[in-house]
Amino acid sequence: MKQTMRADSVLSIKSLCKKFGGIKATDDVSLSVSRGGIHAIIGPNGAGKTTLIAQLSGQIRPDSGDIEFDGRSILRAGMAQRARAGLARSFQITSVFLEMTILENVMLAVQGAQGHSYRFWAPTHKDQDLSDMAMDHLTTVGLHHRSGRIVSGISHGEQRQLEVAMALATQPQLLLLDEPMAGMGKEETFRMIEILSLVGAEKTILMVEHDMDAVFSLADQLSVLVNGRVIATDSVAQIRSNPEVQKSYLGGSCA
Amino acid sequence: MVKSNGTRSGKVYFGMLFLLGIAPLLFQWTNQPFLLDLLSRGLIIGIAALSLNLILGYGGMISLGHVAYLGIGAYCVGIPAYYDVYDGWIHLSLAIVTCALFALITGAVSLRTKGVYFIMITMAFSQMIYFIFLSLEEYGADDGLVIYARSEFPLWMNMEGAVSLYYWIFGLLILTLFFIHRLVRSRFGRVIIGSKYNDLRMQSLGFNTYGYRLTCYVISAVICGLAGVLLGNFTSFISPEMMSWTRSGELIFMVIIGGAGSLFGPLFGALSFLFLEEALSLITIYWHLIFGGLLIALVLFGRGGIDAWLSKLDK
Repeated sequence: MKQTMRADSVLSIKSLCKKFGGIKATDDVSLSVSRGGIHAIIGPNGAGKTTLIAQLSGQIRPDSGDIEFDGRSILRAGMAQRARAGLARSFQITSVFLEMTILENVMLAVQGAQGHSYRFWAPTHKDQDLSDMAMDHLTTVGLHHRSGRIVSGISHGEQRQLEVAMALATQPQLLLLDEPMAGMGKEETFRMIEILSLVGAEKTILMVEHDMDAVFSLADQLSVLVNGRVIATDSVAQIRSNPEVQKSYLGGSCA
Repeated sequence: MVKSNGTRSGKVYFGMLFLLGIAPLLFQWTNQPFLLDLLSRGLIIGIAALSLNLILGYGGMISLGHVAYLGIGAYCVGIPAYYDVYDGWIHLSLAIVTCALFALITGAVSLRTKGVYFIMITMAFSQMIYFIFLSLEEYGADDGLVIYARSEFPLWMNMEGAVSLYYWIFGLLILTLFFIHRLVRSRFGRVIIGSKYNDLRMQSLGFNTYGYRLTCYVISAVICGLAGVLLGNFTSFISPEMMSWTRSGELIFMVIIGGAGSLFGPLFGALSFLFLEEALSLITIYWHLIFGGLLIALVLFGRGGIDAWLSKLDK
């Protein structure tokens, strides 16, 4: 399962290791995400998917190995720095600002991409540019007609859509989506697939996901993570027919 | 936020500011100099509470050492006055610089921590200041320092009389309210509020929240220091006791019962706190008992504080 390090890869992970106590959460992971398209990471619970995403976004530090983003090592950069460099992340557990409106959430994200926010006087709600840009991203995820709602009062599916809008608003080169379909019903999952395929046409996406239907319909490339190790990386069709993957993960049900 | 404020007419607030503005005239007319005294004190503490609210209510930084800045501000009047330096501009600049520096250094350390640790470390720093002033024999140590004359300003803005000092306090109050009103709606303010709710998320959006929080902490300290300059002028006697951490606790109470994260709430909180304290102590010597009970009831049942009740009237 040798993954060729292509020249146009936006993210390459090299021999990444992370231990928690005696558990190897990330065990010598090497992976390359090529520019454009959707790369999905699948794997059973506890395979270390979220841990991997957390290391990519800078939330936790790996023990060894390297992460190159856009050709440069970002190992030393903190979360905020990586976000500004173009690495956006959405969270598995919905992580939006419940007390604010939908629009205010996205406006904050736009602000984050616009250089420093040491501006103490002009009120943001009168900042037409800021709200226009935020509205654009809300239109992409189909939430523009709900922009004035306080987030605590909207549905879970809408909150997940908002997560995506916020990640987009940071002007990323690469979107890290941690289980974008988590906790969603059929209807909502279907909407999210539509949204992501739209987004994926313009941005590179690296996503972790449990929902196999979603993964198979969205992803161009698939990596399978089991016990912290990448056991296979290939196109969707190849992965589905890979006997090792079927044995250790898909369990034959998807064969 | 935009929404919830949009539904308010602001009548209650402007009405109250108007009343505060004409209060000295009313008190003079009814010959109640004591009430002017009480109100002056209330507004100074109110400004300190507003400044604490900026970090606590809007920024989620619970400081148990905020009165240190009130004390530093007061000593920035007291110590120059001890050397016969009464120039008000010197007092003000000294307070601004000292508070900003102290907040920058202690904030830089404290803001590395979160939650309970932040509370403890801010308290520890303020206790440090408390003990430093306690050990300064030259400036009276625990006997305190008497300030014989008020800060000197050009004639049209002097603070000699009780009424002119009151208008100084009132002026700083208006400035503080307006400044905070603008600040929390600015880009900077949105970052501060965002990091209260979810600091990790803010970082993932590209904000180096540490720098923003530290800046906010320094701004809040400077406002509190300015209130301290007025307090020094008002009491004309200052001692380290005013910096004890229990005072910081009271300040937190005022912010909470007034309404943390609301613009006017902490002012209401400070005024009710001080007036209740005064009124109850007139009725019985066991007033602490009643006062404590009232505070508990307010915190338990008064969700959103006084400001939340008032905003129901203000539709």
